[in-house]
Amino acid sequence: MSDFVLNVNGAKRRVSARADETLLSVLRNRLDLTGTKYGCGEGECGACTVLMDGQAVHSCQILVADAAGAKITTIEGLEQSGKLTPVQQAFLDVGAMQCGYCTAGMVMRATALLHELPNPSEAQIRTRMNGNICRCGTYPRIVDAVRQAAHSLAKGGAR
Amino acid sequence: MKTLLSEPALLVPPEPINPLHCFQLDRRDFLKVFGGGLLVCLTGEQAWAQEAGRGFGGRQQVPADVSAWLHIAADGKVSVFTGKVEIGQNIRTSLAQQVAEELMLPFDAITMVMGDTDLVPYDAGTFGSQTTPQMGPRLRTMAATARQALLELAARQWSVDAATLTIADGKVSNPANKQSLSYGQLTRGEKLVATGSSSAPLIPPSAWKVAGTPVPKANGREFVTGSHKYPSDIALPGMMFGKVLRPTGFNATLDSLDTTAAEKMPGVKLVRDGDFIGVVAPDAYTAEQAITAIQAKWTVPAQPSNQNIFEYLKNNAESGRGGFGSQDARPQRAAAPVAPSAPSPDNAIQLAQQYTVQYIAHAPLEPRAAVAQWKDGKLTVWTGTQRPFGVRDELVSAFHLDPAQVRVIQPDMGSGYGGKHTGDAALEAARLAKAAGAPVKLVWTREEEFTWAYFRPAGRMELKGTVERDGTLVAWEHSNYNSGNAGLQTPYNVANPVTQYHASRPPLRQASYRALASTANHFARESFMDELAHSIGMDPLTFRRKNLTEPRLLAVLNAAVEKFGWAAAKSTPTRGFGIACGMEKGGHVATCAEVAIDAASKSVKIVRVVQAWESGAVVNPDGLRNQNVGAIVQGIGGGLFEAIQFAGGRILNPHFESYRVPRFTDAPQVEIVLLDRKDLPSAGAGEIGIVGIAPAVGNAIFAATGARLRDMPMAPTTPVSGITPSPLNS
Repeated sequence: MSDFVLNVNGAKRRVSARADETLLSVLRNRLDLTGTKYGCGEGECGACTVLMDGQAVHSCQILVADAAGAKITTIEGLEQSGKLTPVQQAFLDVGAMQCGYCTAGMVMRATALLHELPNPSEAQIRTRMNGNICRCGTYPRIVDAVRQAAHSLAKGGAR
Repeated sequence: MKTLLSEPALLVPPEPINPLHCFQLDRRDFLKVFGGGLLVCLTGEQAWAQEAGRGFGGRQQVPADVSAWLHIAADGKVSVFTGKVEIGQNIRTSLAQQVAEELMLPFDAITMVMGDTDLVPYDAGTFGSQTTPQMGPRLRTMAATARQALLELAARQWSVDAATLTIADGKVSNPANKQSLSYGQLTRGEKLVATGSSSAPLIPPSAWKVAGTPVPKANGREFVTGSHKYPSDIALPGMMFGKVLRPTGFNATLDSLDTTAAEKMPGVKLVRDGDFIGVVAPDAYTAEQAITAIQAKWTVPAQPSNQNIFEYLKNNAESGRGGFGSQDARPQRAAAPVAPSAPSPDNAIQLAQQYTVQYIAHAPLEPRAAVAQWKDGKLTVWTGTQRPFGVRDELVSAFHLDPAQVRVIQPDMGSGYGGKHTGDAALEAARLAKAAGAPVKLVWTREEEFTWAYFRPAGRMELKGTVERDGTLVAWEHSNYNSGNAGLQTPYNVANPVTQYHASRPPLRQASYRALASTANHFARESFMDELAHSIGMDPLTFRRKNLTEPRLLAVLNAAVEKFGWAAAKSTPTRGFGIACGMEKGGHVATCAEVAIDAASKSVKIVRVVQAWESGAVVNPDGLRNQNVGAIVQGIGGGLFEAIQFAGGRILNPHFESYRVPRFTDAPQVEIVLLDRKDLPSAGAGEIGIVGIAPAVGNAIFAATGARLRDMPMAPTTPVSGITPSPLNS
């Protein structure tokens, strides 16, 4: 076991873990940040998506040793002072979920997407989000939510 | 004498259920949970004594007392108790709407307590689209009875006739003296005992104000902030992590085992109980390392594969044995079966075709998971299941416990689609926790979920039909081997139809799936109807209308084609239009699909889908649309590319990389047309919305290409052995 200091959601978190343990495992099992989900552990479903220095990554494919030093944002770190981000708000307003298990990963992926492409086309949303599985099949609504969030951001909503 | 409500026969799930002992409801737990709140007892007798598990005779019965189903606290907040579980189908919202409606309260005043076997009345499980038609009316009746009781209680306080009082917004008011009492004020400080009445008037859907409206998902904010705790998110103090050793194939026998390396790991404990081999460790990482370090050698016997599956299923078929999807699985046929009469070629055409569906996986995004805790002589398990009481009984049986010693708690989970009826992870976690002397968490890997869960059955359908040249259907036979009899009956008018389900000896663990065999049987029937229409050169819509008089099915068919623009939809080699329809469990669906064919890449893409849906009075139109879209998208997977590849007792594609599921780029433009029949009882809508898409797409592909695809998946990315290779990919 080694000690790591992770910068998670703006706070320094000291954690004892194995160097080859995944960031997902550390977040969920050692830091009780369970908003980030395990879906496959193979980088194929996107449920574990978090932001590392603003980039969307599969936390199941990142070793904790490689995450130390990076600025990590999980779904728990988006809401500020009780205010949802435009992406979170859009998912809620559109009702872009059924069981909601994919939602955290979708929100994180969409957050990174809109940072990079503030006004994506529908085709761009589909292509860029394609690594995230919603087994309940709410894709059309998720696309709508991302577009709505883009509009909201364009009107000056906080990212 | 208190009456008991029997669970309807339809609620028997496809898996065998252990004999049910009884519903245990401990009043002390209610009081602990609700502090100073009051229990609204509306029977004239001592409800609690009767609910303590006596006199149910081991039958699946549930209490008729209002107090078992709802509780009004002193602050007026209402808690509702049901064994149904929320798995994404949005019943936490839709059931609360119905209770709010009958109690004349805002939606937010209702809290649903679901799937906790210590707190809710017995329930067989959440499947078969039964929540809306069965639990909905039951909770409405309980709430309406409570509403009447509150009126009577207020009338007694004011010494007036209850009929002179009004009730709204959580208060009973007396127009005569302008006074009002809140529900909380009415129940505070006394035990409300009133005689329950099933004749309490229900508010008709035409007058609904809360029900029937697009109320957003209950607790929706918890899902966009990540604060909702799914079963796999549960953590307890001192909790350890478990893993289970899996054989290298089905029906394997263990030849040798070396656990030395695993047992040397710090904090690791090996658990062996017969064939069950597992580990517990202080953290999840170490548990994974330990299970991987175990050296085991297995012998896996020869077993069927995709290559010979349909031959195998037919060779192992038994006629008329009970099977999937219905309690009554006997062959459905006319009293005196009439073989299709040999038609004269001049005026009729006879066709016979076979269709197949493969084994497919539910692949819920949250795999099976459980946290088990043995404490003070009681086993408590948090797990993802569609049958909390079923899992409780599995635990009771496995550990030789009394039902009162086992509590199963089902947090709203990462879905199931019929795939989480069993308590596999719960049993495993409980066994490990018993050995560890500490709470244990067990989360299946994706590969475990793809391998050791159960599958949607493969099936072979054989159809024969005769149609006269004017489009009149005159003979019909439909047999299903192995996949089930749900959706086997034809809604079309034909004399003496013969439908038969042949159970088989499945080579893989198989059980429920969304809509059961309806997907397979609708694929076969609606494709075959298309073939019959084309055989006489008739438009598929015209042919269906000619042989259909069921008004609700006709209504959705007409609504779908109108929205779709069927009349103007002329297929070309690169663009195809197809239609399908069906009905079951009170759901009526018609689906129109438009596909694009790319000749160069030999690929098909679903461009646009219009689906019309009717299931009686709409409880929540937003949820209903969501379910329909989700069902269509999920149906595209099984229709075009999903297939479990298996051979030699092994699953060959147990990963999302090799088992393709629908993704963003697979989802077409979807338009849902809802028909709201406020004059008809609300039916369930989680399942049947899936049955139309595959045949509609297959029929559209035929319309464009002339290729009739009779095997699902119709356009797989990876070829499936044992079936005719598809000319298309997707």
